[in-house]
Amino acid sequence: MTKQVQQLDRVIIRFAGDSGDGMQLTGDRFTAETAEFGNDLSTLPNFPAEIRAPAGTLPGVSSFQLHFADHDILTPGDAPNVLVAMNPAALKANLADLPRGADIIVNTDEFTTRNLAKVGYTGNPLADESLSEWRVHPVPLTSLTVKALEDFDISKKDAERAKNMFALGLLSWLYHRPTEATIRFLEAKFAKKPDIAKANVAAFNAGWNFGETTESFSVSYEIKPAKLPAGVYRNISGNQALAYGLIAASVQSKLPLFLGSYPITPASDILHELSKHKRFGVRTFQAEDEIAGVGAALGAAFGGALGVTTTSGPGIILKGETVGLAVATELPLLVIDVQRAGPSTGMPTKTEQTDLLMAMFGRNGESPVPIVAPATPSDCFAAAIEAARIALKYRTPVMLLSDGYLANGSEPWKVPAIEDLPDISVAFATEPNGDDGSYQPFKRDPETLARPWAVPGTAGLEHRIGGIEKADGSGNISYDPGNHDLMVRLRQAKIDGIDVPDLTVDDPDGDARVLVIGWGSTYGPIAAALRRIRKAGGKVAQAHLRHLNPFPKNIGEVLRAYDKVLLPEINLGQLAMLLRARFLIDIISYNRVRGLPFKAEELAGVIQDVIDSD
Amino acid sequence: MTETTTNGVNGKGLALIPKAEGRQTLKDFKSDQEVRWCPGCGDYAILAAVQSFLPELGLKRENIVFVSGIGCSSRFPYYLNTYGFHSIHGRAPAIATGLAASRPDLSVWVITGDGDALSIGGNHLIHALRRNVNLNILLFNNRIYGLTKGQYSPTSEVGKITKSTPMGSLDRPFNPISLALGAEAGFVARTLDSDRKHLQAVLREATEHRGTSLVEIYQNCNIFNDGAFEALKDPEVRDSITLRMEHGKPIASATKAVVRSDDGLEVVDRAGVDESRILVHDAHRQDPSLAFALSRLDEPAFEHVPIGIFRSVDRPSYDQLMNEQVELAVSQRGRGDLGDLLLGGDTWRIN
Ligand code: SF4
Repeated sequence: MTKQVQQLDRVIIRFAGDSGDGMQLTGDRFTAETAEFGNDLSTLPNFPAEIRAPAGTLPGVSSFQLHFADHDILTPGDAPNVLVAMNPAALKANLADLPRGADIIVNTDEFTTRNLAKVGYTGNPLADESLSEWRVHPVPLTSLTVKALEDFDISKKDAERAKNMFALGLLSWLYHRPTEATIRFLEAKFAKKPDIAKANVAAFNAGWNFGETTESFSVSYEIKPAKLPAGVYRNISGNQALAYGLIAASVQSKLPLFLGSYPITPASDILHELSKHKRFGVRTFQAEDEIAGVGAALGAAFGGALGVTTTSGPGIILKGETVGLAVATELPLLVIDVQRAGPSTGMPTKTEQTDLLMAMFGRNGESPVPIVAPATPSDCFAAAIEAARIALKYRTPVMLLSDGYLANGSEPWKVPAIEDLPDISVAFATEPNGDDGSYQPFKRDPETLARPWAVPGTAGLEHRIGGIEKADGSGNISYDPGNHDLMVRLRQAKIDGIDVPDLTVDDPDGDARVLVIGWGSTYGPIAAALRRIRKAGGKVAQAHLRHLNPFPKNIGEVLRAYDKVLLPEINLGQLAMLLRARFLIDIISYNRVRGLPFKAEELAGVIQDVIDSD
Repeated sequence: MTETTTNGVNGKGLALIPKAEGRQTLKDFKSDQEVRWCPGCGDYAILAAVQSFLPELGLKRENIVFVSGIGCSSRFPYYLNTYGFHSIHGRAPAIATGLAASRPDLSVWVITGDGDALSIGGNHLIHALRRNVNLNILLFNNRIYGLTKGQYSPTSEVGKITKSTPMGSLDRPFNPISLALGAEAGFVARTLDSDRKHLQAVLREATEHRGTSLVEIYQNCNIFNDGAFEALKDPEVRDSITLRMEHGKPIASATKAVVRSDDGLEVVDRAGVDESRILVHDAHRQDPSLAFALSRLDEPAFEHVPIGIFRSVDRPSYDQLMNEQVELAVSQRGRGDLGDLLLGGDTWRIN
């Protein structure tokens, strides 16, 4: 049978199944194949916080969405064109997101009366008319896999487990993906269990061959490689990029990296990644709690290390007092907050931008802290280096606000050349700086207002620091009212004076009257929405903030240059509050706090409404 | 900046710390800051003892760091001309852990009190002890909150009448020695603010021990809890209630002796017991249960108080193990190369 090949410019696939079905792995592998093929891509994993919610239930559904294209793309896509549903729960949980006409590849073996009842289906949706809006491809994935593995010396359970690889093989055929790397991956992953390795490879190949021969798929699809700027690329997730950025910051500052951290979703992968790289002199310390994590990082910073702590919102609250101590002692410290849905435990695996005001103000006293936010998963690399640069140059704790969407999402990354990375090294104090030959730990650099950093082991510079207010210059304990007022202002002036690049505006024709401003992970959805508007002839400008404290010097000017400023945020208007307070500009907020990134279509509608309103 | 070693542990507490060239004196360790504890506070005696002890170590002064939390005793670092970090309530062991783990060439001391170490910072203390980071923790126990003006503390006796407990405190106190032993501490000792010779002898052993050393120092707060340890100082009774523990020697006071009983240890009249029955102290026993039993002897009242080193055993220190892992990783696969790291995994080229 010859099959038709159809060209597409982009596809959005969502793999969905039970937590135990290996959907994240399947998605990761499809992503790797797609990256290797040269498409641009963006991913959105979505999984329950429970490690294994009861099998077959709605809360147990885990999914992985991948958007790939022959051109550069900005988001994991609004709505899937293809849903792979491994069981009734996966179908039910994801159906509402599927546009009419989308393909559903469904594992019919799991549609038993019992499994259907578990998620509240009274009839079998595969047998009635309820799915007639979509193109359903019923495939008995489990039994086909078991049959393909008949001759293998493995248990029935292990054979059934390989069904995700059968599905991956089928999808790899459907979209003409290269397969060698997946086979190599499976052989390496199950190197200690060669039977399992062989079975998984066989299941994968069986899936591919099934696509080739079955009549349920008459068409396969080609999506040409994307034309991206020349260079070497790899696929990278936000957490991995952040970990690499921290290592790069250590190399570029010539300071050993010390990470003090306590496991927390969705930040733990940074700890996991960094713990693998000890040969860079990286020391990772899994502390007894969040407070000890940041405490140890600050202690290491006092000793001359690049001190880092990683956490999520609930951890930031606990670390607040120590961050305040870092503000008072003016030591460099990186505080990484991978934001998640709150308050309290909230929804640990879901994304939000709700920690901005906490990062800004969540400490006692006047306690300014610079804030940096990455815009995309791969941008976490550069953002980490920038945060380290500020911390080291200005001797201050710096907050980096990533989020769950950036942390777990991935995209191709053009690997930077090492020689293009900034040199962020700073000099330790080695000589007394006082007129009387003493060492004055709070005598500042007149330009940056940073205090000198003298590390233990430096003779003649022995000094004491601490959380009690210190006298300007000498650093002795001081309760003098005038000194306190001066120190409060100096600490603020130091942060206000940080050299932050100007805010750039993307306004192709230069005549837009509406500006959409954003920060952090909303970059992709906002930019994708703007593309739609512009394609349809609309005029709109975009600016995106990397630095939230201090703001770029030209931000007031930028905001005032437009008739209307729209600010979409995944919170109830936290940046809007800051901008309104600072610049007295009537920002138009758009807020949704659903634990999910914005959709491009949704934002395009909002932006169009703002353009159309007078 | 950092050196690492794979040497042994005990007796090597100072092996990695650079030595001073000339002879040092007490004056070298006094800072120019005016000491501001209440007149008569036990902290003065401890400060003087530490200042006159440090020259004996012969370490480069710049390689010594005192880290403290919050409380009266935590002002201690300001009065020493070493590096110092006066931090926040309860967190000194955590901060010192990061410093010591990343800088094995430093002699890191933690100064803390009963409220700081056992109440707000209890978690950090027990984890520092089990980890065995190279720290000397001096726990000034005055059984009261001084800096906040006299509330009962986690080591105050039950029924303590204070500002916050006008009808008497209800909660049972911690025994810091028992707690430390339960937290897997490798070095645990108790000494007294007023007995400089004993205090310095204990510090000598504590600094020699590479790993976490916990030294409980009974410290008199003459303002809010005066005389809490008077019995140990009163010439009339002190020799009879102080059970001095010295490794290899029988544990006894002038009038009392420790012997094994059917279900542990008991204190008996020294006169009525054969010397051979008196328990000979073995601070190096791996099994901590005998040390624990010793720590319980004075419960609940101050009738016979063991003083000295309860336990001093050999165990690799955390900082040393951490640095060995770094060294091992480098020796196995070479020093990390950033370019290789970024290009690791699956890459593709676009022309
Ligand atoms: S309150 Fe007590 S512990 Fe504090 S300085 Fe005064 S006497 Fe010493």
